[in-house]
Amino acid sequence: MEASIIAITILWSFLYIYSMLGSLDFGAGFWGMIYGKKNNTGASLIANRFLSPTWEVTNVFLVLFVVALYSFFPFAASMLGVLFLLPIGLGLVLLTIRTTFMVFSHSVKRYGRLLQVISGITGILIPALLVSILPVTLGGFITMENGHHELLYGKLLTSFTTYAHILFGICTQFFLSALFLADYASVSKDPSAAQLYRKHAIVAGPVTIVVAVLTLFTLEPEASWFLTNVENHLYGFGMSLLLFLFGYAALFLKNRDGQRGLFRYAVVFVVLQYGFAIYAYGSSHLPYMVYPHLTIEEAFTNPSMFYALLIATIIGMAILVPAFYLFWKLFLKDRRYLEQ
Amino acid sequence: MYARVLFGSSLGFHIIYATLGVGLPLMIILSEFMHIITKDRHYAIMARRITKGFAILIAVSIASGTIVGVLLSLLWPGFMEMVGQIIALPFLIEIFAFLIEAVFMSIYLYAADRLSPAMRLGSIILVAIGAVGSAILITDAHAWMNTPDGFRIVNGEVVDVDPLDAFFNPSFFATALHVTVSAYMTAAFVMASVAAFKLLKRNITKEERSYHMKGLKISLVLGLLMSLATAANGHETAQMLHEYMPRKLAAAEGLFETQSYAPLAIGGFTDEESESVKFAIEIPGALSFLAGDRFDTEVLGLNEFPKDEWPPLFVHTLFNVMVGIGTLLLLYSAFLVIWKFVLKKEFKPWMFAGLTAGGPLAIIAIEAGWCFSCIGRQPWTITDVMRTTEAATDSDYVGLLFFLFAGLYIALLFITSFVMRYYFKRNPVMKDLQLEG
Repeated sequence: MEASIIAITILWSFLYIYSMLGSLDFGAGFWGMIYGKKNNTGASLIANRFLSPTWEVTNVFLVLFVVALYSFFPFAASMLGVLFLLPIGLGLVLLTIRTTFMVFSHSVKRYGRLLQVISGITGILIPALLVSILPVTLGGFITMENGHHELLYGKLLTSFTTYAHILFGICTQFFLSALFLADYASVSKDPSAAQLYRKHAIVAGPVTIVVAVLTLFTLEPEASWFLTNVENHLYGFGMSLLLFLFGYAALFLKNRDGQRGLFRYAVVFVVLQYGFAIYAYGSSHLPYMVYPHLTIEEAFTNPSMFYALLIATIIGMAILVPAFYLFWKLFLKDRRYLEQ
Repeated sequence: MYARVLFGSSLGFHIIYATLGVGLPLMIILSEFMHIITKDRHYAIMARRITKGFAILIAVSIASGTIVGVLLSLLWPGFMEMVGQIIALPFLIEIFAFLIEAVFMSIYLYAADRLSPAMRLGSIILVAIGAVGSAILITDAHAWMNTPDGFRIVNGEVVDVDPLDAFFNPSFFATALHVTVSAYMTAAFVMASVAAFKLLKRNITKEERSYHMKGLKISLVLGLLMSLATAANGHETAQMLHEYMPRKLAAAEGLFETQSYAPLAIGGFTDEESESVKFAIEIPGALSFLAGDRFDTEVLGLNEFPKDEWPPLFVHTLFNVMVGIGTLLLLYSAFLVIWKFVLKKEFKPWMFAGLTAGGPLAIIAIEAGWCFSCIGRQPWTITDVMRTTEAATDSDYVGLLFFLFAGLYIALLFITSFVMRYYFKRNPVMKDLQLEG
């Protein structure tokens, strides 16, 4: 395999991890806000119990993605910097508000509700901003003026495909978080919260799939190259759909306690579903980083830096895996934490 | 222009939180450690209360760190292109250190009651290692900007990159050590300030007094040790400047003419017209001695360099503020430690009053130090390789973002102080002391 392909695969894996964690994080914040109103319902407790210890780690994965992007692909810096300064800048402001208010809401009980609502709402706006980058990379939204790349904000804001992408991102977030929280509630021995989240997942799942397919039809004419590539990777997208059906079916099977929903299986299938979809999407996106202005080969770093980074990534991950395992054991498995 | 102001204010904001984020875990470790040794529950309460404050600060620190990290890429595309090719390694490793800190911070915060004391101490030690590790690695990138190494430029292209040479660039060790010990020093003086402020109050109970006194003693001793370390390392840093960044040293000292037996100018303002530092106290030969351990060391003056490569001359004042505050805190804490532990006398109220200023002063010194190091490098972003103007983005939206972020930072400064005040007012130390009494 070529070095630049290895690098983009690493990067894409970080993006995959962040999109999963981010969906859970933002989604849980949203559910926490919805159910936080009737104080201390099980559903809100479950959401916050998940959120408290995990948001920092999730946040770091976002930084990891950005840093890895610029480390492995330094020549993408100038174009990405110009194009995405505004959407990412706004996203950062919101992210800061969200994370700090979320933490503050635990310390300042009197204003807790207000802080919770603000962080819940920003939890929908942030993914919308982040997802709006995707259509830009597919082509049709960038012009060259006096040798500078410019993002056509007007076109982006009025384009149907932008909103289709955003809708897809938000549906994904609701689906993944509802599904995961159903499992989390079920492990926490709170069947009523589990059933509540199960209902949301049952609605959000098919909606997400429909929106995803529709989004493909809304693409700009400039992105037709991408559609051609998608046809070459249909097997990946097909696998993804199949896994979705498995996962979705698991929501209707009875578990040991006689309740409907084999949540753990559903979560695993759906995470795999997104895995297949994201890697198929990623391969369809090759060789371009930003169509037609930048390919991954053009943006790639020098070989000696690549190997140094590769070794650092491997060592870093090797150290972190046990840490993540301990983390998982303490917060996602330990009954003393889950049933408090 | 806005790019510089936006990034500068982002860093200036982040540094306050980041410095405390590096320093406070050490204070928590010391309290936990004292608790294990003395079995005095005051120390356990202390660890818990510092942790609570730390959790609030770290939220802002992580959020602003995310901002700085991402803005760095967006505002300085020209710079990042070069950084990515040469010094990407510490940036990437830094994130892994940061992940370790985040994971064990959550474990320490939310799983404390399920961990054995040894595992609890272990996880806060890992938090401290992660925090100091990420600080050192980010400082490495800063050090490399000051003393770039590990590559050559041929026809405008970067060639012969050696990531390890870039990583271990000449100023790495001195600068990393400087950042680490000064962060510990700052956190110690901030804690000492809080304890001293509480001890100044008349209406506190005997038990509260004894609790705060313990906090004061730990932070005072740590503050003194770290001040000494900072001073020793400051000397090393000056020698490093002399060898690798003579232009910066000359600007720091307002030295125009190259000379041996160069004087050290304390205070005053650098005047370009008369090529001297006005209203300064000059110690003959001291600068030469600092730079090379000998009074006849030749120190390069600003006139050796083209004028358009001079940093702004007010860096002399920044340098003085940093060194001045550092020295003041060193002397004052030494005095108090001798008073208490050698002469075995009781503290007087005015001593507490003086100490309350220590924390804010230390933070001012940290800010001045970072400003000095970055402004003293101007007009270069990467010394002698890339000018700041070449590195900046040409996006039109930087101005808008600047006002957004500036508003956000100011709001957050107020909100964090409000949250801290609110929480610690609601949960005074008396409550913790009685709860387990």
